[in-house]
Amino acid sequence: MNKQKTYLSTLEQKLAEKEFAVTCEIGPPKGADKEEISEAAGFLKGIADGINVTDLQSSVMRMGSLTTSALLIEWGYEPVFQMTTRDRNRLMIQSELLSAYVAGVRNVLAITGDYTNIGDHPQAKPVYDMDSVQLLWTMQTLEQGKDLVGNDLTHKPAFYKGAVVNPGADTEAAYELQILKMKKKIEMGAQFFQTQAIFDAETFKKFMDRLEKEKIDVPVLVGIILLKSKGMAKYMNKFVPGVFVPDNLIEKMEKTDDKAATCIEIAADLINEVKSCCAGAHIQALGWEKHIKPIMDLVQ
Amino acid sequence: MILTESKPVEEIVEKLGKEKNIFIMGCGGCPEGAETGGKKVLNEMKKTLEQKGFSVTGIIEIDFICQKALIRSRLKPRTSEIEAADSVLVFSCGLGVQAASEVLDKVCHPALNTMTFGGITGMWHGKERCDTCGSCILDLTGGICPYTNCPKMLENGACAGQSDDKCETDPDRDCGWVLIYKNLKRIGKLDLLEQFIEPRDYRKALPTEKLRNSRLWAYDEEAADE
Repeated sequence: MNKQKTYLSTLEQKLAEKEFAVTCEIGPPKGADKEEISEAAGFLKGIADGINVTDLQSSVMRMGSLTTSALLIEWGYEPVFQMTTRDRNRLMIQSELLSAYVAGVRNVLAITGDYTNIGDHPQAKPVYDMDSVQLLWTMQTLEQGKDLVGNDLTHKPAFYKGAVVNPGADTEAAYELQILKMKKKIEMGAQFFQTQAIFDAETFKKFMDRLEKEKIDVPVLVGIILLKSKGMAKYMNKFVPGVFVPDNLIEKMEKTDDKAATCIEIAADLINEVKSCCAGAHIQALGWEKHIKPIMDLVQ
Repeated sequence: MILTESKPVEEIVEKLGKEKNIFIMGCGGCPEGAETGGKKVLNEMKKTLEQKGFSVTGIIEIDFICQKALIRSRLKPRTSEIEAADSVLVFSCGLGVQAASEVLDKVCHPALNTMTFGGITGMWHGKERCDTCGSCILDLTGGICPYTNCPKMLENGACAGQSDDKCETDPDRDCGWVLIYKNLKRIGKLDLLEQFIEPRDYRKALPTEKLRNSRLWAYDEEAADE
């Protein structure tokens, strides 16, 4: 008789059972206040299988991702704790992973993190004691009951380990480097991937074809950013590395009288177009969390 | 060659503060090449300081200020000028300022900022930089150092921040990992990028006192004492 498999998280279970999973994202507030978090999370109730908590995204100083993740757990949500290696050395990375496990965090997303000079404290000393591949390796090591230098842990943590990949890398070298690193991340324990935001379904489909050719078989959640305006599209094209918004979408946002309705339509169309070739969607609403439900209502 | 940049005059004047008598010392080595030093620059600074009410007790150019024995021997005949000064303004890289500070009994103000951070260069100026990390992995990275060519010092491949093969930190800077990729592709060794590299051991970047202090420095002291 088959023993029933136990899962570390709902996200893991959903992806293992090949159900289309949805993760969303919350950026902790810039201030000592939890109201904003609970409000944003409220819109995601019943929609998100996991809520990513960003870790000083774009190197902007905010409340911490671990404490915010713990709050979400307290309120009945499942967080995906994002951890960058930009602000923590290997002592702190291991320590926070143990803390995260005790706080009930199971989903952890390993990221290197944007460089400090793009954020609001460009003078800060960047840490980067490790890279994202080494962070995954660290989680794997802790799961085996050891720290990075081989000391025994009294109790082992266990994580559902995620990583990121950019399907829209703009040059041959950058693209191949993404594939190479993705393979390395899997080798070091990555169990699911969320992608950099895409706006062009073809780019994503081509990327998924490539993964199939490479026999890379891990759940991939397509990254979707809600397009709020023409200005935002232009800004991202200019300043957000690896993100490309095609002209037809910029035009759509320019011509519309109802930005929210068009935003919902664009996101739902994109998800519908790529749904059959990926395991789920990772939706970054950037404040427009309330529009995620109408999007998912349109996803077939 | 070590590249330096001039500090703004306002910053220098602010640092000099209430000190009125200044001795100016310039390195005839790298700052000459970087055009941040040399007799012309030193004389201009003398003029500027005098216009601002300072008195310059003397000017000297020494090749090279990082050589302490040379500082001692060249300054011996100029002792009175230095004694008359409240402080010394040094046109050299950080090494020269450190050496001068050890030899002299005065505060040595750096007039320049040393810009070749992110690794030391060879004696012949080139784009290569060494981080003196003590954990060299250049054979795995196509001879391109990930510590000095990638601001995040990534060891296991590129981040996703590059655009048009340029670094997210500076659109003029090549992505170090793209350079690594291209060189490994050129020599047919892309498979090297599949190897997992463990985090580097930062202890190796902390050499022992014996290694830090080469015998040449000891010679300097002896030569000066003679």
